[in-house]
Amino acid sequence: MNMKYKGEMRTITGNAAAAYGAMLCRPDVVALYPITPQTEVVEQLSRFSADGLLDAEMVEVEGENSAMNIVAAAAISGGRVFTASSSWGLAFMYDALLQTSGFRAPVVMVNVNREMPGILAVSTGQQDMIGTRDVGWIQIIAEDCQEILDLVIMAYRLAEDFDIQVPVMVNYDGFYLSYLSEGVNIPAREEVDVFLAPLKEQPERPKLVPGGPLGCGTHGIEKGFVELRYKHCAAMERAKNKFDEIDRLFGESFERSYGGQIEEYYMEDAEIALLASGSASGTVKKVIDSKRKHGLKIGLVKLRMFRPFPSERLSRAFRGKKAIGVIDRSICFGWDCGPIYMELRALSSEIGLIPMMSFIDGLANMDISIVHIERMIDSVYAASQGKPYQRVNWVILEE
Amino acid sequence: MIEVRFHGRGGQGAVTAARILSNAFVRQGKFSSSFPMFGFERRGAPVTAFMRFDENPIREKTQIYNPDCLVVLDPSQRNSPLIYDGLKPNGILILNSAKPIKEKPHKHLSRAGIVDAETIASEELGFPSPNTCILGAFAAVTGWIGLDYIFSSLEQYFSGDILERNIRSAERGFREMGVIQW
Repeated sequence: MNMKYKGEMRTITGNAAAAYGAMLCRPDVVALYPITPQTEVVEQLSRFSADGLLDAEMVEVEGENSAMNIVAAAAISGGRVFTASSSWGLAFMYDALLQTSGFRAPVVMVNVNREMPGILAVSTGQQDMIGTRDVGWIQIIAEDCQEILDLVIMAYRLAEDFDIQVPVMVNYDGFYLSYLSEGVNIPAREEVDVFLAPLKEQPERPKLVPGGPLGCGTHGIEKGFVELRYKHCAAMERAKNKFDEIDRLFGESFERSYGGQIEEYYMEDAEIALLASGSASGTVKKVIDSKRKHGLKIGLVKLRMFRPFPSERLSRAFRGKKAIGVIDRSICFGWDCGPIYMELRALSSEIGLIPMMSFIDGLANMDISIVHIERMIDSVYAASQGKPYQRVNWVILEE
Repeated sequence: MIEVRFHGRGGQGAVTAARILSNAFVRQGKFSSSFPMFGFERRGAPVTAFMRFDENPIREKTQIYNPDCLVVLDPSQRNSPLIYDGLKPNGILILNSAKPIKEKPHKHLSRAGIVDAETIASEELGFPSPNTCILGAFAAVTGWIGLDYIFSSLEQYFSGDILERNIRSAERGFREMGVIQW
């Protein structure tokens, strides 16, 4: 492709970046219900619609459950769709999330990460994303406002790919990113059109049309159901390499690429490493820069794709390291550690028996601060030197 | 990197002020980011906002613990020790208040700009929203940003008559603030 990039720089919030990303992809149907800290996405898209920049059917809904049902139905009717939610809004569409992925409906949504239970916990945290990790959606995570916009565009390439046809949830931290204002390069509409054009060249997906009966969704009993499950799981496995490829193509078109399923930061010669996701990974990079100046060989793996879990690439990235720390902005009830940590532990036999430490931090709007990250790195380093270490650390409670 | 912390109350426009300022720095060719911290959106509840600018990309997404500058939109917090928490030596204060500063409020302060932003805003906007006025004072006291960049940034958030009024409010903040050196 390799065209001259014509983007426009604007200072906008993460929520506005999500709305710009959706608008540029020209959805046919948009159904949204507002919730803190996502409301601005609704406002911005409504403004785009009123200003004539977004030619979509904007459906006013009475709640999130309806929003998801509407976009799922529109998607299996052949439309491109968008919705956004957060926290208990996401919980309120839980059954619809399962139905949508069972339909293999290529819905794209953003979930602005917020604590649970939603009614009182108006603060950041990834608990909502974690609570929906087994609903059969692809889940990807952004680090900053630019990546939010870029991921929404990439999400359409992934969800609507004929070999995938699985809904995609783009996650970003509420408050720390939803309200973060920074310079964002907004691609020109025609450039996004060109990037999404290959979706039109693939075989047409099965469509619900008036008068034409179509069975869809994970229903029925026994073997038919199982076969659908098997195919859904296989599509999610295919989504891993597909996401790497889409990221590479995005880089060719827009001169920005992020590494696909994971981003590796100074991992090549790293002796110890952290695994982080979302806004915290930006802060970790800053701390690693200063630790590297003092000679500490530390690297970061930024988890960009949580579902499907990038097991092959994570195993390769961490193999041969002396100790690893995992930062979780959520908890895993029933285990004593963070959920991403728990999933990484499932790769222990591939990575090797090295110290792996769980750091639970940043719950309920608490800051994953530079001081906290320095402390995590110090303890991972000590563990790498054979010193005794605490496997699970509630960083905030240590103060 | 320079770090600025805003202290206000819901409804005063601290969040918007931080955004407008970030936008102005980006227009000036710098890297800049800002974000607020609050729970529910409520009028009157304390709001803190954080703004950074630098020559290099800003990757940390953390709150600001050691600000170079404080912008205090809420005069009732002017004597609260909490707002001065972590202030760096040679710190700068921009204060919205009708009353003068008699004693140096914190040992690390080297300069303060004070402006009666609520009165100016009432006269120019018709309601006491001190946020755009105080940005004019910020430009005058710090010298970090040209007033023109603040004007052009305002165009992204307002239009027509209300834009003109906000530009006048910022311009009066620039002209009418008083500076104290320690």
